[in-house]
Amino acid sequence: MLKIDNLHASVENKAILKGLDLAVGAGEVHAIMGPNGSGKSTLGHVLAGRPGYTVTAGSAQLLGQDLLTLDTEERAHLGLFLAYQYPVEIPGVSNMEFLKASVDAVREHRNEPALDSVSFMKQAREACKAVNLDQAFLKRGVNEGFSGGEKKRNELMQMMLLAPKLCIMDETDSGLDIDALQVVADGINAMRSPDRSFILVTHYQRLLNFIKPDRVHVLSGGRIVKSGDHSLALELEERGYAWLEDVA
Amino acid sequence: MNDFMQQALAAASRSAPPWLEPLQARGREAWSNTSMPTRKTEAWKYTSLQALQKTFSAAPTQAAGSPLGDVPLPKLSGPTLVFTDGHYRADLSTTELPAGLRLVRFADATRDQAERIAAALGSAILPGRHVFAPLNDATLTDGVFMDVAANTRIETPVHIAWLTTGQNESISVTQRLLVSLGENSGATLVESFANTATGGTAFTNGLTELLIGRGAQLNHYRLHLEQGDVVHIGGVHARQEADSTLNGFHLALGSALKRIDLVVNHQGAGAHCSLDGLYLPRGTETVDYHTCIEHAVPHCTSRERFRGIIADEASAVFNGRIHIHPQAQKTRAELSNKNLLTSNKAEINTKPELEIYADDVQCAHGATVAQLDPLTLHYLRTRGVPRDEAEVMLSYGFINELVEAVEQAELQAFLKPLLARRFARDSRLTRHIL
Repeated sequence: MLKIDNLHASVENKAILKGLDLAVGAGEVHAIMGPNGSGKSTLGHVLAGRPGYTVTAGSAQLLGQDLLTLDTEERAHLGLFLAYQYPVEIPGVSNMEFLKASVDAVREHRNEPALDSVSFMKQAREACKAVNLDQAFLKRGVNEGFSGGEKKRNELMQMMLLAPKLCIMDETDSGLDIDALQVVADGINAMRSPDRSFILVTHYQRLLNFIKPDRVHVLSGGRIVKSGDHSLALELEERGYAWLEDVA
Repeated sequence: MNDFMQQALAAASRSAPPWLEPLQARGREAWSNTSMPTRKTEAWKYTSLQALQKTFSAAPTQAAGSPLGDVPLPKLSGPTLVFTDGHYRADLSTTELPAGLRLVRFADATRDQAERIAAALGSAILPGRHVFAPLNDATLTDGVFMDVAANTRIETPVHIAWLTTGQNESISVTQRLLVSLGENSGATLVESFANTATGGTAFTNGLTELLIGRGAQLNHYRLHLEQGDVVHIGGVHARQEADSTLNGFHLALGSALKRIDLVVNHQGAGAHCSLDGLYLPRGTETVDYHTCIEHAVPHCTSRERFRGIIADEASAVFNGRIHIHPQAQKTRAELSNKNLLTSNKAEINTKPELEIYADDVQCAHGATVAQLDPLTLHYLRTRGVPRDEAEVMLSYGFINELVEAVEQAELQAFLKPLLARRFARDSRLTRHIL
């Protein structure tokens, strides 16, 4: 699914990723944990092609295609989805209009027929229900005036409608109360499938009680410094990150 | 007087009804004593009248019988009066009127009507406040008086379309509308300004006066759809009595030059006005809105929301003046002006101008100038939306709030595609907006 080799990236001339290697197989769930400033969010933004994030060395392939030479929208068409830690508010553009434009664009590139408005509305309403958002949110401006939790659930709703291949969840659990966390985790679990992979970027092992990862990685100083199974997350919860700096 | 000023008078047709002659004479005299504004005149600092330095001849004395071609005009269900080059076109108008509404052309006015019109014309315009008003008076031969009887609510919109047709020469056209709403009445008025697709240069001087009686409500839409070389200099002057409401919506697509002055006088306590406005110049076009709310009495409110998208090498001016007089306690005034520049060569000059002489008031104002936000654009693209479509969605989204606020449904249905296509001719790029 995803293969990253020796990835180096900088933001405003400051090196953040310094030789990151990661391989995620189809259907797998990987958790990336690590201290603040270790480059966890940067990884997602670099893969999505955010302006200002420059790859200085290394490669990243999604489904065998070189991700780094594609435009941002082409990466989405290929099946990449980044759920933002801080989703952007877009007043004046309705959630519905935004979702339809996204779904149409992605389906078009998969050579799937465009959904008519009625079928689309039906799917959008179902997705709303699945993430426990009132349907009124479809008519509001994208994320406009949404609470933190509503924004996260709106990201999840987009992910459900776009049915991506690789989902990167950037601290989707932060700022969620326990009920909202359950809703988000249920949504993610429901989407797990043999041909869809997940990268969960998180600070806390709490999320991993709800979504059991296949692999857990620790990102520190711009590199993966330790990998293991779910028990690594529990160990980190207990011991913190400091002991790993010696490893790094 | 400079050439333009003399020639504008010489171009005036003399075929006015006799009762308009005193107004014309006063206008001629006042125009002779007018100094043409220059870039040194504060209210014209950012707008050059260079576009008037060409020869404009009088509009033809007969209406052209030509069909209108593809002039983009809203199709509304109420009465419609169409003027081409200043001439009334019975063949294009529909004049079935609901009870309580009269639409009187100046040229057709009975003696009683003429007396009322003559007495009211100019009464909403504060002295010296509209530089081109004397020229409008001096050259006035026909216009419309819209009269709504007291205690009557007119449900269907009244549409007045002011058009200029394709001419080989440059013509000068005077347009005048006088509106009177009796006590506790209500009406919706749409004014459209457009030119036929075949072009031609025109200088149009359109002046609208709104006299809104006690407790009355007017919804006024003024759509400037002229394109190409048209120069429009005009204004709306409103006088609001106690507890009256004026809801104004203003749109200016660009042409060579548009300068529009909107002046609202609150004359009675409890009056409210809201003015929404959109201006969308592109190419080398210029649009200039000057608004002024005169809060002369207590307990009045005003809210202005103007948004502009300025493309290419176009320029725009927004000057929003709020004048709160000493006795106007408990005034609440809000003014917001937001601008989006879609090119490095686009220009906006925005200025809120607050003069507050009362102490117990709430007054809020803000102006912003921005470009499309790269991170917002990126966010849309991470969801697969192509860049060009994302740009169109964000541009339209910038003005969408004001379009959605248009209450007249037929008009909103007309405006949405018109405005969305302003940002993209390719229907693929507007399909998710419309």
